[in-house]
Amino acid sequence: MTEQQALYKYCLRLGDNALVQSYRLSEWCSNAPTLEEDLALVNFALDMTGRAQALLTYAGEVDGNGKTDDDLAYRRGEREFCNHLINEQPNGDFAHTIARLLFVATYEYLFYSELMRSADERLASIAAKVVKESRYHMTHANDWAIRLGNGTDESQRRMQAAIDALWMFTGEMFETDAVDALLRDKNIAVDLGKIKPVWMERITEMVKMSGLSMPEGAYMQSGGLKGIHTEYLGHMLTEMQYLQRAYPDAAW
Amino acid sequence: MELLEKNEKLQDKASGSFEAKIERDDAIEPRDNMPEGYRKHLIRQMSQHAHSEVIGMQPEGNWITRAPSLRAKQILLAKIQDEGGHGLYLYSAAETLGISRDEMIAQLHSGKAKYSNIFNYPALTWADIGAIGWLVDGAAIVNQVSLQRTSYGPYSRAMVRICKEESFHQRQGYEIMAKMMSGTAAQREMAQDAMNRWWWPSLMMFGPHESESPRSGDAFKWKIKRSTNDELRQKFIDKTVQQAEVIGLKVPDDQLRWNEEKKSYDHGPINWDEFHSVINGNGPCNKQRMAHHKKVHAEGAWVREAAEAYRLKEEKLN
Repeated sequence: MTEQQALYKYCLRLGDNALVQSYRLSEWCSNAPTLEEDLALVNFALDMTGRAQALLTYAGEVDGNGKTDDDLAYRRGEREFCNHLINEQPNGDFAHTIARLLFVATYEYLFYSELMRSADERLASIAAKVVKESRYHMTHANDWAIRLGNGTDESQRRMQAAIDALWMFTGEMFETDAVDALLRDKNIAVDLGKIKPVWMERITEMVKMSGLSMPEGAYMQSGGLKGIHTEYLGHMLTEMQYLQRAYPDAAW
Repeated sequence: MELLEKNEKLQDKASGSFEAKIERDDAIEPRDNMPEGYRKHLIRQMSQHAHSEVIGMQPEGNWITRAPSLRAKQILLAKIQDEGGHGLYLYSAAETLGISRDEMIAQLHSGKAKYSNIFNYPALTWADIGAIGWLVDGAAIVNQVSLQRTSYGPYSRAMVRICKEESFHQRQGYEIMAKMMSGTAAQREMAQDAMNRWWWPSLMMFGPHESESPRSGDAFKWKIKRSTNDELRQKFIDKTVQQAEVIGLKVPDDQLRWNEEKKSYDHGPINWDEFHSVINGNGPCNKQRMAHHKKVHAEGAWVREAAEAYRLKEEKLN
């Protein structure tokens, strides 16, 4: 694997995570518990779409085969996507969406804070913008986790169930492979080993502040990096890529 | 008796000052005296306007997950976010008249409050997203520009802000249509089909002829309304027909003709039976839209209760 190939894959991973999150967040449109929350979640979806655009555009440029952000988003199949499985899981109830946001936005805040120092200037500049959004997403998730965890018996039960259910997808966020190793050597990629303990500490603290217990299961799902997904991704892409599949020659 | 007379005199004075303000074209503000009929009329109109923004998120939301490019998805997300934001300002503006958002939502669910009839039509293809932006938002702008001069201050100020955003929506909708009209045969067909389905309902958005519009008299007297439904509809037709022609779309009205004398278009008859039928609940999506709003409201109850319970706990602690 060359550095160029590794960088392409690295950008795709980050771009796919943003794209898949954008899809799930946008499903909240007209479905949130209050109008204010509807706007907040749609706004996060908008952040994620912009992020996907920036990262996939860069991936296409690195690859050098003339692929645009849209080609990469809309004309790849399930096995070619390399997002983390947690991001493709269905929204579930509002507590599940908040639990995912808590896990992922905390991760992304730490991740992109590090990526700002990447030796790759383009990634560093994308990270500088993304980190501001992630901080806001994380604050929003923290606020809701505390409210739901300390709200009513029902909200506490739902919030606990949500963090328990999503826990097995959190380990994958810290997995690394040859792509990471190659780019770490060039000071391009983030050292995930460095952010893992900080993430764990922050999540443990937030779970405690929310009056909840840390999930106990040690089993962690894996597969996204290799393009082995849960069954949900295929349905998502079928819907997302509907127009490209039905009208392959059309431009929109 | 004396007290009663005094009261009446005071009321006359108050009402006089309201009428004087209306006469002088001064804005009426929340703390000003206003006739009960004025307040009720505005609550009805503004809550209907707010509900329309919110219910309108449904047909557009129907295409977010299928938006065909990242740019198109961003534009659509931002548009829907604007609509929700408009709903929020309008609910807040209506609250200055002494009604809560919860009460307005309860009235929507009971059927006492309405929302724009246009959202009882389905968004079937991607071209519908273009047609909604171009025609539906285009029609809404004509109405809302006129409402910038409405007599109630908070409503008029909300309209100024809303109009700025709506004009973006209209251009973005038109861009979708233009792009499809310069695309493949299937895309052109899709665009024309959307035009055919949305044109007449868009004309109906302005409401029936004034003589059929039951509350028009007071609305003009109080300067809530500044132009007639027919005047606004004509303005919309005159600005839209040429836009359609430029990109090769046919307006689905065989009787549409330029009238040199009045310098505007004559159009064919509007099917008001359809309009009344849809308003009375028999449109393609009336039941779907309301059922969805009620379901989401009910499903979100535990979240709102939790937020309230947490607020009360925090209040006790502090």
